[in-house]
Amino acid sequence: MDFAEIRKKAVAKWEALQSSKTPVIYLGAATCGRAAGIEAVAEEIRKTSKKLNLNIKLVEVGCIGPCYLEPIIYIQKNGHPSVCYGKITSGKIKKLLEDYLVNNDPRPDLALGTLGDGQLNGIPGLFEHPMLKYQTRLVLRNCGIVDPEQIDHYIARYGYLGIKKALEMSPLEVIDEVKTSSIRGRGGAGFPTWKKWEICHNVQSDDKYLICNADEGDPGAFMNRSLLEGDPHAVLEGLLIGAYAIGANHGYIYIRAEYPLAIKRLEHAISQMKAYNLLGNNILGSDFSFDIKIKKGAGAFVCGEETALIASVMGKRGMPMPRPPFPAISGVWGKPTIINNVETLGTLATIIRRGGEWFSGFGSESSKGTKTFSLVGKVKQTGLIEVPLGTSLKTIIFDIGGGIAGDKKFKAVQTGGPSGGCIPAELSSLPVDYESLMSAGSIMGSGGMIVLDEDTCVVDITSYFLSFIQAESCGKCSPCRIGTKVMLDILEKIKSGKGEMADIDKLSSLAETIKNASLCGLGQTAPNSVLSTLRYFRSEYEAHIVDKSCPALVCKDLIKYAISEEKCAGCGVCRKQCPAGAITGKKKKVHIINESLCVKCGICYQVCPSKYGAVEKTTGFLT
Amino acid sequence: MKNTIKDIIKPYQGEKGSLIPILQAVQEKTGFISEDAVSTIALSLNMSEHEIYGVATFYTQFRYTKPGDHMVKVCLGTACHVRGGEQLLNRTENILNIKPGQTTPDSAFSLERVACMGCCALAPVIVVDDKIYPNVTSPKVEKIISKYSSPDEKE
Repeated sequence: MDFAEIRKKAVAKWEALQSSKTPVIYLGAATCGRAAGIEAVAEEIRKTSKKLNLNIKLVEVGCIGPCYLEPIIYIQKNGHPSVCYGKITSGKIKKLLEDYLVNNDPRPDLALGTLGDGQLNGIPGLFEHPMLKYQTRLVLRNCGIVDPEQIDHYIARYGYLGIKKALEMSPLEVIDEVKTSSIRGRGGAGFPTWKKWEICHNVQSDDKYLICNADEGDPGAFMNRSLLEGDPHAVLEGLLIGAYAIGANHGYIYIRAEYPLAIKRLEHAISQMKAYNLLGNNILGSDFSFDIKIKKGAGAFVCGEETALIASVMGKRGMPMPRPPFPAISGVWGKPTIINNVETLGTLATIIRRGGEWFSGFGSESSKGTKTFSLVGKVKQTGLIEVPLGTSLKTIIFDIGGGIAGDKKFKAVQTGGPSGGCIPAELSSLPVDYESLMSAGSIMGSGGMIVLDEDTCVVDITSYFLSFIQAESCGKCSPCRIGTKVMLDILEKIKSGKGEMADIDKLSSLAETIKNASLCGLGQTAPNSVLSTLRYFRSEYEAHIVDKSCPALVCKDLIKYAISEEKCAGCGVCRKQCPAGAITGKKKKVHIINESLCVKCGICYQVCPSKYGAVEKTTGFLT
Repeated sequence: MKNTIKDIIKPYQGEKGSLIPILQAVQEKTGFISEDAVSTIALSLNMSEHEIYGVATFYTQFRYTKPGDHMVKVCLGTACHVRGGEQLLNRTENILNIKPGQTTPDSAFSLERVACMGCCALAPVIVVDDKIYPNVTSPKVEKIISKYSSPDEKE
């Protein structure tokens, strides 16, 4: 079957689903949806539809982004646009199915919006939702819309037209098109993709490797997981295009073992590609042959570094190597190797299909295109977003994220994972692009964006990142191995209230040394969190050192819990929950915390009913 | 035991760089990397046991003692950290009376801290076996664990 035939059938299949006479219920079934309980919801849908004698079709889709609204379902009936509902529980299902499917009332009061063409009962379009309105979805265009296990859905939505077009071009023309697009690597460093490819293309070798780096190790980031779960073929098509451009015949996807669903989706997608001759020998009748293998990462953050990842693919300890030789010249088994990030690859098919110039129309002067971010932390609307580069932090946090949860004060945003830094609230009009973030002391990184509020202590978060880096340092070079440990010790000393002013200078000078002398990117960027917090939040460090107080009331050694005599109603909830047995008090009488027993776990503070709010946290008592 | 390990290794025979996938397969099927497994792998890959331990211990995924019936993982990714992941870990340690990396004396539970499960939008999360519990608070930990504690309530 040639591709035109495959595509015709795929389009017919997709259109049949869109105009299905049988109602279709789409389930947001990515990892976040599953965690929030979509499986129980699906079970309830099956039961209820049986009871109501309804014939329905269930389709699993990926995540459309507003994870805080999970579990999410969409109901499509009689060719109408599908109606999206969030925070669906098993309890709500029965009534909803009855109302919409039996009585024809789509319940606009419960609906988040409609998806697809046309209007329905005055329900606004889903993309009018505040979280989606400001987004431009190029990479995530299919996530939450297609069934990721159906290659035909992908093909019907212009899938594999990118590789088809690429195969009609010469590899150099493909590289040129990518150059026109100005896309830079989405994994962190932001190196121009075309440049890497050109170097590798120009090396003569019988074997070349292209690796998709899906070892998304940054804690607080899940863009790659979501894309692989929601639209695996977009990444696989990008892998084909890249391989054709550089002349690679072997492909690897190096993916975290912690992402079992993404692995399953990829395995399934690869077998479907083979059936359509999109993988293997003479792809789509051309001279281009390519195979893809999945390698599961075994849990080492440093393997995000190219040379370490290559060592790991070869079954060795994932330790970085000095460069040169660059992997583009000598990588896996000494052969030319290119490593591209999931999101970079996921963007390529669209770039080739619609042209580099079209893509470079999005974004800012220096940073073209769009970028996905995992918007998490203390923000109201958490989830996965995609915006044109150059969008301001303010737009992302306040318009898309809906502002700070609990209407607390916005303090900072952490970007770039453990290699990045904290950008303070004062800089919230900063455009998010590679240069601006760098000049503010952070990095773009792979796209983790963790919003911090007034209850987050910057000394604590910095020591969190340092402890992460220190544990993940491979130990090869001493600046990183010893330097990060010494920095962590100093931060813990400050957190415990034993810091001295000289420690701040020590931190700064250590940071400079580690940055300049470390072998690989992990060590070179390790001090960023320290440097950026010292730059913007020096007074908070000083409060820990001089006043022995933690203004955010986080650092255990500097805070204490007490129960207010006026406010305590003696309900006893805190006493029952206290794991240390530190709270005493009779029913309906004021309770007391025994400080010598208190482990400062904060449970009493959490469980005290908000109508009393009797448990109080204080700091600064040591001076 | 030796036979099972040999069966697990078989599909990888002759494949370059197969040590890590073999270790992963052994752990998936037997729960951990035993001394016996290492010596069998060493023989069939023609490597020393030292080399195998060298590679295996570099990666956090591998365990060398038999895990409990249920694996409790507390996520301490950044999003979970800022939303109280550390408190959840302390609470879990208290309830199970073990530290991360340990197994309860009755072999019912093992405890691990993990760097990120990629469920950051629902932070903080706890994972028991393959089930992810979102938006967990300290008081909820006990309820979650108790679901797995008594045999007739097991999920």
